[in-house]
Amino acid sequence: MSRLATIGRRLGQLIVVLVLVTALNALLFSMLPGDLAEVNIPFGSDAQREALREDLGLNEPVYVQYGRWLGNFVKGDFGSYYRQGNVTPVLERVKSTAPVSIQLMIYAQLLALGLAIPLGIFTARRAGTRADKATNTVAFALLAVPNFVLGLVLAYVVGVQLRWLPPQGYVHLGDNVVDHFRSMAIPSFSLAIGLIATYMRLLRTDLVATLQQDFILMAKSKGISERRVLWRHALRPSSITLITSAGLNVGALIGGALIIEIIFNLDGMGRLIFEAIGERQIVAIQSLVAIVAVGYVIVNFLVDILYAVVDPRIRRG
Amino acid sequence: MTREHEIQVEDAYEGPVVQVTDLETGFKTPRGLVRAVDGVSFKLDRGKTLGIVGESGCGKSVLSRSVMGLLPSTNVVRNGSVKFQGRELVGLSGKAMRKYWGTEMSMVFQDPMTSLNPVKRIGEQITEGLRFHLGQSKDDARATALALLKSVRIPEAERRLREYPHQLSGGMRQRVVIATALACGPRLLIADEPTTALDVTVQDQILDLLQAQQNERFMAMMLITHDLGVVAGRTDEIAVMYAGQIVEKAPTSVLFAKMKMPYTEALMQSIPKLDLPSHTRLQAISGRPPDLVNPPSGCRFAARCLYAQDRCLDEQPPLMEGDTPGHLYRCWYPVGTPAGEEALNMNLRKNRTAAGLKAATAAEGVGAIPG
Amino acid sequence: MADQHLDREPTDDLDAPVADIEVGLAEPGTVAAAAVTPVPVQVELSRSKRIGVFGWCAIGWLTLVALMALVPGIFPGPGLLERSREAIVAGNFGPQSGHWLGIDNSGYDLMTKTIHGTRASMIVAVSGVGFALIVGGFLGLVAGYFRGKLDTVLTGMFNVMLAFPTLVLALTLVTIFASQPGTSYGRRVMVVSAAIGIVSIPILGRITRANTLVWSEREFVLAAKLLGTKTPRILWRDVLPNVLPAMLQITLLGIGIAIVAEGGLSLLGVGVPASIDSPSWGNLIATLRSQLFLGRPWGVFAPSLAIFLTVLSLNYLGDVIRARFDVRESVL
Repeated sequence: MSRLATIGRRLGQLIVVLVLVTALNALLFSMLPGDLAEVNIPFGSDAQREALREDLGLNEPVYVQYGRWLGNFVKGDFGSYYRQGNVTPVLERVKSTAPVSIQLMIYAQLLALGLAIPLGIFTARRAGTRADKATNTVAFALLAVPNFVLGLVLAYVVGVQLRWLPPQGYVHLGDNVVDHFRSMAIPSFSLAIGLIATYMRLLRTDLVATLQQDFILMAKSKGISERRVLWRHALRPSSITLITSAGLNVGALIGGALIIEIIFNLDGMGRLIFEAIGERQIVAIQSLVAIVAVGYVIVNFLVDILYAVVDPRIRRG
Repeated sequence: MTREHEIQVEDAYEGPVVQVTDLETGFKTPRGLVRAVDGVSFKLDRGKTLGIVGESGCGKSVLSRSVMGLLPSTNVVRNGSVKFQGRELVGLSGKAMRKYWGTEMSMVFQDPMTSLNPVKRIGEQITEGLRFHLGQSKDDARATALALLKSVRIPEAERRLREYPHQLSGGMRQRVVIATALACGPRLLIADEPTTALDVTVQDQILDLLQAQQNERFMAMMLITHDLGVVAGRTDEIAVMYAGQIVEKAPTSVLFAKMKMPYTEALMQSIPKLDLPSHTRLQAISGRPPDLVNPPSGCRFAARCLYAQDRCLDEQPPLMEGDTPGHLYRCWYPVGTPAGEEALNMNLRKNRTAAGLKAATAAEGVGAIPG
Repeated sequence: MADQHLDREPTDDLDAPVADIEVGLAEPGTVAAAAVTPVPVQVELSRSKRIGVFGWCAIGWLTLVALMALVPGIFPGPGLLERSREAIVAGNFGPQSGHWLGIDNSGYDLMTKTIHGTRASMIVAVSGVGFALIVGGFLGLVAGYFRGKLDTVLTGMFNVMLAFPTLVLALTLVTIFASQPGTSYGRRVMVVSAAIGIVSIPILGRITRANTLVWSEREFVLAAKLLGTKTPRILWRDVLPNVLPAMLQITLLGIGIAIVAEGGLSLLGVGVPASIDSPSWGNLIATLRSQLFLGRPWGVFAPSLAIFLTVLSLNYLGDVIRARFDVRESVL
């Protein structure tokens, strides 16, 4: 009842934010100095440039341009690359690269949670001991390492020196499952490390506080096993914090993924953006940025919904 | 061994349910070892109630948890002996203790709001122990839980099973806690300040409930409180604790009639009485409990005691038995004895105790101002 | 919708991370207190409130960084433009006598490059975050103090800005304003700094606002108002000094993040432009990373080490500040 209303309200907010974000994006790109046509076809003829201007609607007022752009965007027409000789739609490239980026981020998130939860529990139970302090110190230090640095270090140590895993390159999941995961191993882990440290410390703080609560002592005094007390009583409130944190970190994850892809030569959206920048494909850059922003906003929205569902206090209205 | 068989074997045991000998519990802190429980001994028989009384920080809560074995394992020192049904508990691992918790010994905590898991339904919390220890099926457990709720007099028990703790009143929550603690039929119930967090009007009901359950189940019960009023008339024996030690222990009626420890007397006097005229000053015990890391070498209450003499500052009195058997106390100049009277009068005349406390006479009774 | 982030943040933790900033380290370790609340037990703080050995090391390193940025010339070692033929011929690119952190593929000394690169990285990070501190701090202060419509508008603005993933927004800004061929070095640096600054405004704004909200409710502010004190004075003398520690902490952390962001932007191709005489930590990593895959990691390691030590120091000091000033940290 009130839950539906909440979702409805947030859906409305989502739409508003999406419009604002895409508008901001378009606005920014409209501020590019110089003539877009000039930029995209510097060596062609004037006729070609004029044709391009017509095509892109550059001669029309700003809001009309935005309307056109938005209409196209929603239909999946993300514009095209204008290279000497041919015009390639951006959509094609996006279709092949988006899955890679998504895979990278999902693997990283799963890896992070998978390692952080046991570590968090480990340190929370031994709060105050040397093991705990040592782990915390290591986590603290790791947070100071940028993930691209870590990626490069790992690539060097594990990829170049030890040769355990390929330091670069991407293998599709469809082509060869094992090789796919091998190629994604170092990149995902590099991306995950910062998250691991964050989640672990968050969980630890939360858990230490929860474990001090009376109801934990009461549960213990009922004689049920420690594992049960931990998983069924102590971990529940903390799961909310973790979800919140996971959601909040998606932005960082996106930025990190972009860079990791470039370093490891993965065929993801990050690489795409990098190439577009290198080639000065303004139309493509604009669309790609918009896609990423829209995706981010939607993911945030979904996380919000999930959060509302999971937190019993919100659920009960 | 099946549960029934266990119970039979247990029933055969004839000694006290709990026998504590020289129990010590300390916490390692940067400042040193905090001796929260410093050599406590008592025994409790089946069907009897022991009241443990003392002010905040005297160690009574630590004692209760130490008897249960519920203390954390890091930075805690636990020496002495706690025998449950003749079997030694000190030194057992958490895993071994878990066989006792819930099934043989249970605890009721002070604040029912925090001792119940806020995000779990009542029914779940009661049936958890039943399913885990007794292996009951979901339906059986539910039926038992229902019966338990009814036995603790919770109205609309069916509905309550599906509710969350915050939907119940304080008194009802405590009843649920009691029901949970009693679910698997323990032999020993430790109630740690069970009514302190409740309204005064509800307190009596809860205490009555505890007493009724105890009689019905023939349980041993430890009732821990700072309030002498709670233990009067509801306990068989009372132990008064101060600074980690038992300073007086006696059957209830004996304690109230013939108390020997000045501390007990002071506690008694600090209870406001209905029949005194209004605006009567409350009599608090001035001063604070001693430092448990470095306790004084003499009697620990000496600094606040009106009877204190030099001997009290130097030698710690051991627990001695008075003329009534079963009455133990720890005092060189006990209340009501000639030596004690003389000590008190001397202090009053000098207007100071050996510890430097100023003793002044007020109109009704004695009040003391720290020197 | 991003509004929900505000509702969601545990009210306990006003410095809760918004996007990428990691905050908060001191967790008081309470062992003996676990089961025995009535007993007055000493609590062990896992991070003391004092600066301590590590704190002084951090300060020391940051001082060194400042020196490297301001007067790189005073440091020993080969000059920035010196190439070492012998080392290349010998094929030894790693640490060696005369080149403590190794050389790059053209023979330039890496330690020198890293030292000289400090200035560019620091300019970008410090001016960017400094800009954000002033603008974001001001906006946050105003939003938190006056509330009402102004607050709604500003918060909405923050949320829209935060609706972009931060790196992508920074990237967009730099692409638009400074990636034309022919953009001067100075302009590029300025744009990168501005981009980082703009992206950081909402984060600083929100933290400042959250803290301002708390402090504005206090009685002494009300008292000042009743005395007829003019608003700017109240803000300046009563509210700001109390909000400052939180802002300072976030700023320190933010500078660390900005340094990393500079690295990220360089890897994306839109950082400080690289050339022999204008290194930055970021562009060193960007240009030399291909070397790493050839078995010569030193080009990457040297600036990475600098980044790591700097960020670590900043994080640590930020934590010390938080432990000192965060009233909620005090336990029992």
